[in-house]
Amino acid sequence: MGKPRTLYDKIWDSHVVHRQEDGTCVLYIDLHLVHEVTSPQAFEGLRMAGRKVRRPSATLAVADHNVPTSHDRLAGIKNEESRVQVEQLAINTKEFGVDYYDMSDIRQGIVHVVGPEQGLTQPGMTIVCGDSHTATHGAFGALAFGIGTSDVEHVLATQTLLLKPSKNMRITVDGELPVGVTAKDVVLAIIGKIGTAGGTGHVIEFAGSVIRGLSMEGRMTVCNMAIEAGARAGLIAPDETTFEYLKGRPQAPKAATWEQAVNWWKSLPSDEGAVYDREVVLKAEDIAPMVTWGTSPQDVLPITAAVPNPAEETDEHRRAAMERALKYMGLTAGTPLDAIPVDKVFIGSCTNSRIEDLRAAAKVVEGRHVADGIYAMVVPGSGLVKEQAEAEGLDKVFTAAGFDWREPGCSMCLAMNDDKLKPGERCASTSNRNFEGRQGPGGRTHLVSPEMAAAAALTGKLTDVRTLN
Amino acid sequence: MEKFIRLTGVAAPLYRPNIDTDAIIPSREMKRVSKEGLGEGLFADWRYSDVAARVPNPDFILNRPPFEKAPILIGGANFGCGSSREHAVWALKDYGVRCVIAPSFGAIFQGNCVRNGILPLVLPEERVAALANAADPRPVTVDLEALSLTMPSGEVLTFAIPPADRQMLLEGLDPIGVTLKRLPAILTFEAEHLRRHSWI
Repeated sequence: MGKPRTLYDKIWDSHVVHRQEDGTCVLYIDLHLVHEVTSPQAFEGLRMAGRKVRRPSATLAVADHNVPTSHDRLAGIKNEESRVQVEQLAINTKEFGVDYYDMSDIRQGIVHVVGPEQGLTQPGMTIVCGDSHTATHGAFGALAFGIGTSDVEHVLATQTLLLKPSKNMRITVDGELPVGVTAKDVVLAIIGKIGTAGGTGHVIEFAGSVIRGLSMEGRMTVCNMAIEAGARAGLIAPDETTFEYLKGRPQAPKAATWEQAVNWWKSLPSDEGAVYDREVVLKAEDIAPMVTWGTSPQDVLPITAAVPNPAEETDEHRRAAMERALKYMGLTAGTPLDAIPVDKVFIGSCTNSRIEDLRAAAKVVEGRHVADGIYAMVVPGSGLVKEQAEAEGLDKVFTAAGFDWREPGCSMCLAMNDDKLKPGERCASTSNRNFEGRQGPGGRTHLVSPEMAAAAALTGKLTDVRTLN
Repeated sequence: MEKFIRLTGVAAPLYRPNIDTDAIIPSREMKRVSKEGLGEGLFADWRYSDVAARVPNPDFILNRPPFEKAPILIGGANFGCGSSREHAVWALKDYGVRCVIAPSFGAIFQGNCVRNGILPLVLPEERVAALANAADPRPVTVDLEALSLTMPSGEVLTFAIPPADRQMLLEGLDPIGVTLKRLPAILTFEAEHLRRHSWI
């Protein structure tokens, strides 16, 4: 027996094609997901160099970032630039022989919802995409991370990447989550604790009884935001929950191969005694429903807290950043967070647009109505999520309450399509980034869970969902 | 790829922590299918007081002489965090920026810089703060061969960079071309890997 290894070490080791003297490795990539915004220049690069896609069958393309979410979208994308990007993806995938789910395909949706839903995302794989939220797929015990377009081209041409191994970090969340506290609150609490650069240079393995107890949807929410802590990737050891989710999915292994695959997957969890470069521990009981107050995901507090006072911050750089954030957010120190009124509510994004997220939000909404003057939207993560939600009658719950029920896409998470905030508008959002201008120039974002977003829509202000029940 | 060996120019201070790639180029500015012309969208929400009309915001550093055409930026910690969008790097390059000095970088952004001939130069926080606070209008010289940064005063600082990144920048390597030289090894690995994991 060799040295005990982590889940990350095992996946890494099993994909090294070649190791250079300085430690840089040629790493084999099992699955490459492609979308319309970060791929056109990569396909163009291949074309210019006369190169092909090395393994089209390991590549899947879907348009998500700037597709409209309006019900008339199949009549054509009105925004010229968006239309060109989406059309170019269709042209490129056809020319290079890559599978493509277009807007008319029920399987179309946010790339990080589609991969798992189709059973393409599997334990032990290496998965990349020209999108930082590729970390989502780590929920299956796959090493999954975002890459730039030069690397998209590199993977298309070679099915490999040049990379140095990251350090191992383990974040353990033990105990029992209080009522009203979700996977989103867990990951926001983690980012609040270690900071937006806390995971830099590391791959984070999330562990502990709370993580074990999460559904696959919840695990995806946690891993999705590993990048918001600066980590290369997030990982969760595969277990029965993982296998149960995967079994029977269109692209999952079948029959005898299924048994073989499960046997291998069971060998992947970190060995006893494996050493981590950094360990962080959180207690579930200390976590409350969270909400961000500033312009970085680390600017986060329990909903029961108040807007922090920069004057109490001793670090001068941190103080300046806080002052700038409060000015941008239009907030005054000391204001209770649950007294902050919102204009819009967004339920969607690769963080929180899966069926379980929609069920949780619908449960809060049922029998109630969106507050006067509030615009609230639900954007399912994929056509299949939308179909499932409609089969369960969730769309009726939302529309009866005054929500707008839309077509799948990234939507107001990054405001590349028409779904955006106007300057000064404030939004309770289930997305992942509260950066300045992220949801529209001058827009103000408060990151929350689906339940908390639903609660904010009903009251018209940031609200502790626990007080509604 | 364009080589990076030596660069002399003014360094514009934009010293804030966590400048994310959404700030470097907002999503609205990257609806293009080529790498060209993205410089116009660089820091759009900060650089223009009216983004649609492209009215410059006089308070923004890149609108203030002598920093309008600065080939070097001085950023804060975790510069380039967030989205993987390489458009952020293409926008910097299209604008004329060839080097960013910061205490630390977002990992994906840092890799994207190296692949586009932009030097991500790491210095200790206090050094970066001093450089930014000085806002010296005189040029500095970055020498990647010597791993040195020569200040207007003549003072010379040294810096470190991973050897592979340095080589890629100095030689302007095409990483795909380099990797494809290993194609036989990749094919051998792939055959065995897919034999053992036939469901992949």
